[in-house]
Order: sequence, then C-alpha cells, then structure tokens
Amino acid sequence: MKNIGNTKKNKKNMRKDYITMAVVLVIAAVLLFVFPQKASSVLTISRNYLVELVLVLPAVMIIIGLFSVWIPDQMVVKYMGHASGAKGIILSLVLGMLPTGPLYIAFPMAAALIKKGAKRSNIIIFISAWACIKLPQELIEIQFLGIKFTFLRLGLTIVFVIIMGIIIEKLIEFTDKKNIKAGRS
Amino acid sequence: MKSIVSNYLTAIIINAISLGWLIFSVVKSKEKTKKSLKIAFKTFIKIIPLVVIIIVFIGFLLGFIPSNFISNIIGDKAGFWGIMVTAVLGSVLFIPALISFPLAASLLDGGASVMSVAAFITTLTMVGIVTLPLELRELGKKTTILRNVLSFIFAVAIAILMGVIL
Repeated sequence: MKNIGNTKKNKKNMRKDYITMAVVLVIAAVLLFVFPQKASSVLTISRNYLVELVLVLPAVMIIIGLFSVWIPDQMVVKYMGHASGAKGIILSLVLGMLPTGPLYIAFPMAAALIKKGAKRSNIIIFISAWACIKLPQELIEIQFLGIKFTFLRLGLTIVFVIIMGIIIEKLIEFTDKKNIKAGRS
Repeated sequence: MKSIVSNYLTAIIINAISLGWLIFSVVKSKEKTKKSLKIAFKTFIKIIPLVVIIIVFIGFLLGFIPSNFISNIIGDKAGFWGIMVTAVLGSVLFIPALISFPLAASLLDGGASVMSVAAFITTLTMVGIVTLPLELRELGKKTTILRNVLSFIFAVAIAILMGVIL
C-alpha cells in the first residue's frame, strides 16, 4: 500500500523530523530564557493553537486510516481509466479528493493512467484535486479558518482546476499537432 | 476570530464523523478496522514532530513579531505585492497542508489579509517546487511546466476573488 518499498527511507525521514523537533524545542527554550518577558505570551499562543489541533487531529488521523483501508488505490485507477466528459471530470475530482496518500504516489498513478488512455485534462484535474482538496485536511481548514473561508476557497479551486485541466489539454493537443505538421514538411 | 462555540462545534462534528465511521467499520470487519487504526497511528506518529515545530513557530511568530510588521508586508495595505510574497513562499516551502492551516490562521491573527493567506495555502498545495523532479519524470516537461505555472496564476486569481468576496 502506501509504504511500499521505502519503509526504510520513511523511518530515516521520521528520525530526522524528531531530531529537528528536539533542536527546535531547545532553541525555543533558550530564546524564552533570554527573553523572559515574552515567555508568557508565546506559551499562551502556542498552547491555544495546540489545544485546537489536539481536539481534531486524532479524529482526522482515524478518518485517514479508515479511508485508506476501505477505499484502496486500485479502485481509483479502475474508475479513472475509462471515463470522459462531465462524468470523467467529476470522477477525477472526487477520486482525487479521497485521502489516499501523499502527492508523490499520485504522479506514478497519473502516469499509469495516461498509459491506460485516460484523458489528459482528467489527469490534471485528478492530480490537482489530489494535491489541494484532500477531504480530511479540509476538516482542519474549517476548524482553523472557518467554514466560509474554506468553502469559498474550495469552490473557486474546483472551478479553476477544471479550467486548468481543459486549457492544458488543448495546449498540448495544439502543440502536438504543430509538431506533427512541422515533422512532415 | 471565530467564537469559542463555533470552534468546538467543528471539532465535535469531526469527532462524530470519525467515531461513526469507526463504529461502522468495527461492525463490518474487525480486521479492516485494526488495519485502519494501525495506519492512523503511524500517520499520527509521523506528523507529531511537524505539529510540535509548527506550534512552537506560531508561538514565536505572534509573540515576537509585532503584528504591524506582518500586516505591512502581507496585510490589506500591502495589496497585490502582499499576495505575491505569500504565493511565492507557498510555492517554495514544503509544509504538509494539515499543519499549514494553523499556520495560516496565525498569520490572519497576526494581521495578514485574507487574500495573502488564501494565496499561501493554495500555492502551498497546488504548486510544488520540491516535488518538481518527480512530476517531470512521471508526467513530462510540457504538462509539468504548464500545470505549475497555471496553478500559480490561478492561485493568485483565487486569492484576489476571495478578497473581493469576503
């Protein structure tokens, strides 16, 4: 599944993250020691944000886990392979929004989909939705930035992502045609 | 900022969704539930250091940097250039979206404009300088460059529209 092949690399990255965290905490402690008059405001602010995260983070993690088990990657490829028109666009959006892992596994999937004959516009929509409209993440966006901000940003993003998919497809078709013509003459 | 009630409301709804689905999952298949929780736990362990770092960073950002400094650079007065600053930052930085939202909220609290914050989040997720080599390899030069350039332009457009509407 998600961690195929590079669990070792994941472990190494994780260790790096924990070391960075330790360094940051030490630097923070030193800074607060040097500027004691700032300590109370810094600690209060950090605590408030931490509380807000702790309230939702475990639940979001569980949702991510449930998604990845109940909706496997293979299903995404299966449905994306042969879909076009409005149905293809909606499917690319919805499948991209499912939290099936980080962006770096979306690229190989997209490449496989291109080989399978999926439309380029749908691939672009799929990748973009994958990158910026992940469902569990949006729950956290609502928590921190409010429902109005989140929905407006998502709505606009969806519209622009669809436009972008279509523009890129047309541009690539156009330049490919030109290349073929140039090659002939 | 939002009121305390609406804050808790979101948290309650999120927890209710996860609990409801969890119960459904347990009833349907114990094995799949176990696997899900394992993935959840792994993801959690992986994200803890990033969460701690960003929380500390937010504390210092708002505690040390005066808010008129933030609002001068990326506030309402900064206008278009404020958006460009955060849009470029969002393109270059590699912060998981999950923890970028608290950071974005802290920038808003610190005096940043809605436009700047929207541009930041949108380029952060849509434009990937760090993942560029992989994207080039898998999708080819033309698609990759077009996608990232258009994403940047559209992110700025989304930000401006949001500023106009909100």
